[in-house]
Amino acid sequence: MAKKQVLVACGAGIATSTVVNGAIEEMAKEHNLDVDLAQIKIAEVGSYVDTADLLVTTAMTQKDYPFPVINARSFLTGIGTEDTKKEILTALQK
Amino acid sequence: MSEIYFNESVILLGVEANTKEDVLDQMGRNLEKQALVKDSFIQAIIAREKEYATGLPTAGVAVAIPHTDVEHVNRKTISMGILKNTVDFGVMGDDKETIPVQIVFMLAMDEAHSQLSLLQQLMKVFQNEDVLVSILNEKNKTSIRKLMEEKLDFGALEGEK
Repeated sequence: MAKKQVLVACGAGIATSTVVNGAIEEMAKEHNLDVDLAQIKIAEVGSYVDTADLLVTTAMTQKDYPFPVINARSFLTGIGTEDTKKEILTALQK
Repeated sequence: MSEIYFNESVILLGVEANTKEDVLDQMGRNLEKQALVKDSFIQAIIAREKEYATGLPTAGVAVAIPHTDVEHVNRKTISMGILKNTVDFGVMGDDKETIPVQIVFMLAMDEAHSQLSLLQQLMKVFQNEDVLVSILNEKNKTSIRKLMEEKLDFGALEGEK
């Protein structure tokens, strides 16, 4: 399977994306997935449109992207974390 | 690197407000009065909250973690506002939903990356309903300070780059 590029973005680009980034890193290890994580500000997503396979974000996004967008708020609140992980896994294993 | 500033003076109990802007203004003014933030902070944090909401639904008491860019901050601190009545905040990552928030953790950070371990530890607090309920019901600022110092490893933050 080709290496997937995963964008991890938050609004301020300061912090919440780091928490999410860590969670995905852990997941990737656990499931033996080879992913290329890019931690960015949501405003920077545009420049990754051609290369990214998935966007995981805590910020809202109005735009349509050619890849799936997954809300990662659960990594901050602990509510629904397992569902979010499943969603990410499904997207990555496609 | 400066130490994180946290004591009773940044803990506000029984905050009375009707809007999130009012909450942010009251909490921001308290920080400004102590010269922990610059006079641009309040406007910046209100603007950022509008663009990127920070309300978080939790197991017990809904919280919000308003924050903004480091350039508006003089000294890093976490200010806590325990609201008398709930105030609606936008839900993080959602442009339609709001959530009735009762505890606000205002993050004033002076370096981008120093927020990482702080947030990770804060998330743990948010995932602990008992702790949130204790904070909400506590009438004594010193008890809240002690509880937070127990939950957040302030010492570890100081060495972080």
